[in-house]
Amino acid sequence: MSILEVKNLSVSFKQYTAGLKQTNHKVISSLNVTLEAGEILAVVGASGSGKSLLAHAILGILPSNASVSGVITFEGEELTSARQKAVRGKEIALVPQSVNFLDPLMHVGSQVRTSVKKGDAVKAQRAVFERLHLRQEVEQMYPFQLSGGMARRTLLSTAMVSGVKVIIADEPTPGLDPVVIKEALDQFREFANQGCAVMLITHDIESALQIADKIAVFYAGTTVEIAKVEDFLGQSEAIRHPYSKALWRALPQNDFIPIPGSQPHPSALPTGCLFAPRCEMATPECWEAQPDIRNLRDGMVRCIHAT
Amino acid sequence: MTSILKKFPLNRKQWALMKVLISVSVIIIVILGGLFLDEGRIVTNLTNRNSPPSIDNLFGTDWLGRDMFTRTVMGLTLSIGVGLIGAIGSAFIALILGMAAATMGRTADRIISWLIDLFLSVPHLVTLILIAFTLGGGFKGIVIGLTLTHWPTLARLIRAEVMQIRSADFVQVSQRMGKPRWWIAVHHILPHIVPQFLIGFMLLFPHVILHEAAVTFIGLGLSPHEPAIGIILSESMKYLSSGMWWLAFFPGLCLLMIVRMFDSIGDNLRLLTDPNGNRD
Amino acid sequence: MQLEAKDIGFRYDDGPWLFRGVNLSVEPGEVVGITGPSGRGKTTLCRILSSYETPLEGTVTYNGAPIPKKGYHPVQMVLQHPEKAINPRWKMHKILHEGYHPDEELLALLGIEQEWLTRWPHELSGGEMQRFCVARALGQNTRFLIADEMTTMLDAITQAQIWHAVSEIAKKREMGIIVVTHEVKLMQRLCHRIIDFSG
Repeated sequence: MSILEVKNLSVSFKQYTAGLKQTNHKVISSLNVTLEAGEILAVVGASGSGKSLLAHAILGILPSNASVSGVITFEGEELTSARQKAVRGKEIALVPQSVNFLDPLMHVGSQVRTSVKKGDAVKAQRAVFERLHLRQEVEQMYPFQLSGGMARRTLLSTAMVSGVKVIIADEPTPGLDPVVIKEALDQFREFANQGCAVMLITHDIESALQIADKIAVFYAGTTVEIAKVEDFLGQSEAIRHPYSKALWRALPQNDFIPIPGSQPHPSALPTGCLFAPRCEMATPECWEAQPDIRNLRDGMVRCIHAT
Repeated sequence: MTSILKKFPLNRKQWALMKVLISVSVIIIVILGGLFLDEGRIVTNLTNRNSPPSIDNLFGTDWLGRDMFTRTVMGLTLSIGVGLIGAIGSAFIALILGMAAATMGRTADRIISWLIDLFLSVPHLVTLILIAFTLGGGFKGIVIGLTLTHWPTLARLIRAEVMQIRSADFVQVSQRMGKPRWWIAVHHILPHIVPQFLIGFMLLFPHVILHEAAVTFIGLGLSPHEPAIGIILSESMKYLSSGMWWLAFFPGLCLLMIVRMFDSIGDNLRLLTDPNGNRD
Repeated sequence: MQLEAKDIGFRYDDGPWLFRGVNLSVEPGEVVGITGPSGRGKTTLCRILSSYETPLEGTVTYNGAPIPKKGYHPVQMVLQHPEKAINPRWKMHKILHEGYHPDEELLALLGIEQEWLTRWPHELSGGEMQRFCVARALGQNTRFLIADEMTTMLDAITQAQIWHAVSEIAKKREMGIIVVTHEVKLMQRLCHRIIDFSG
């Protein structure tokens, strides 16, 4: 049984447009993702594809102008907003994207220690700092004294010592050097091996490929493909969706060739397949209706042409 | 309440605009009233003394038979006028000192910050009374007093805001593009300061009006011949014990309402001008 | 026409030296990468090269002479977080046209759509905003571009789009580029020469 399951999630935002009028923007539509115990799922996609919002929806920390539909279940039971509050930080932890989540007036060492639920807090904190290459002096520093990379590692260690079952890491790696990235990723692996689940939200496909078991590719607020990580290694022929292929080809280690255009804005989504305007394989049918996600070769894809 | 909301499905920004418009129109009506009401209604009329509120005299009449409604409206107009001058003066002092502290170097900043702290450490009312008293009271004394005492909080706010924007990345980028200092001040810093300034100004207003009324009430402000709210209230105090509640009740209530109106304009303007307030 | 840094040293207030005796020179048309662990002052060096910060020791010269404080700076920097480098109270067209008016060709190259110009910054995604920051930094008088983790927060397709555009323009105008990134593969793709900056 999967530990966390997201079914048909949609999130829309009420926003002011010109002057005083409001409109509803659908930023996530019919999104499906499952997270298994002992597994790392990497969620990849461009900024604005709804990756972070998925994390916020799971934890129930979306801003008040958001409306959510769909079902999220955790350990087989529905995650209601009351339950989200109860499990937040105890069963499910977020490693946030922004360094502003640290308390500016507290030594970072003490901040990490407050997250330790059982055992010797100081020892646990020192151990995790050492593994993430944070020197012992860092304990006594305030967040403003940290460099970007150090702050990110501090956030990471907070989640790691807290003894949770699910970690959702929102862009934990950008701006870190390769050695530290490797350490952090190994930590996630170890964490998963202990029977926990990790959702790694990132646009950095390279790190995702190093460590994840499964990859979910997001585009314009929905999942276009969910596949085993092996399909993304080697050449691109095992990749199902044309967007995932384009993403793969644009990597500096592959062809470094981008496709033109950009992801549609939530206020101007195409009627049919969301990727159709940029897709080489697009046919008139693609413009008619958004394809449903379907099973294909031990993975899932949202494209009528994928084979 | 819900049925009204359903009939008028306004979002928060539209509500805010509504509230601002209502408050502004009430204030304009009061000012026009003060300017155009028949002065004949406030001459002594001993045949109609001490009458409680009625259709003819909405707020009743006083011990000299003057119509309290007319007196209140005129008093409010005067108070708004004094408040306006005091608030404009204070706001400009705040703007100049705040900008100077943030842009003219360390020494200027230290002196101005010290001055702000000094004024903030003594209650407004005390400095206000002192200044008004030194200048011999009256209209001039009270206006100068109000102007000189109400700027520190706004000055501090503006100083902090300017400093923050000055070090923002986008300002530094602008400098590298060869934009002169005045250009950056006008295009980058001012657009951030203006809303803050307007809101701060609006919120100064009620403060100034209340303090004017208070100082006038204790006899150090406007002269007793002027129909100021503070004077009306202080005169009415003597008659409260004889059961003539309307003398103090209506003017007091109206003063409170006007003050709340300015508060609400300030608060709602803040909501309307926030660029990140695109959420509900 | 080279950009040269000689014996640069920097520290904040009375803190320890972040680095000392740093030497670097970049030729026109050259793409130089700077790598090294985080927290060693790569960003500070970039800020010094583009005059955001004054070095405590040493000099930065362009064309053999110090860079004048006033006027358009020949070294322009694009930062990691576009949302901080943009005035949130300006519409996108004003942001884009702050330094000069980029031509249609440049906008097309960077994939900036006309319709975005009338939007507010908060209505665009990070990738879209960063394209504007890049376009803004590519004025006719820009001789060197410093890209400090310029595409770190962006997806692979946007990253490739932006770098293709920047490289093409740099080649055409003989513009030098300094690339700071932790992504080894990207650096290998882009740079003629890589400097290890370990402090």
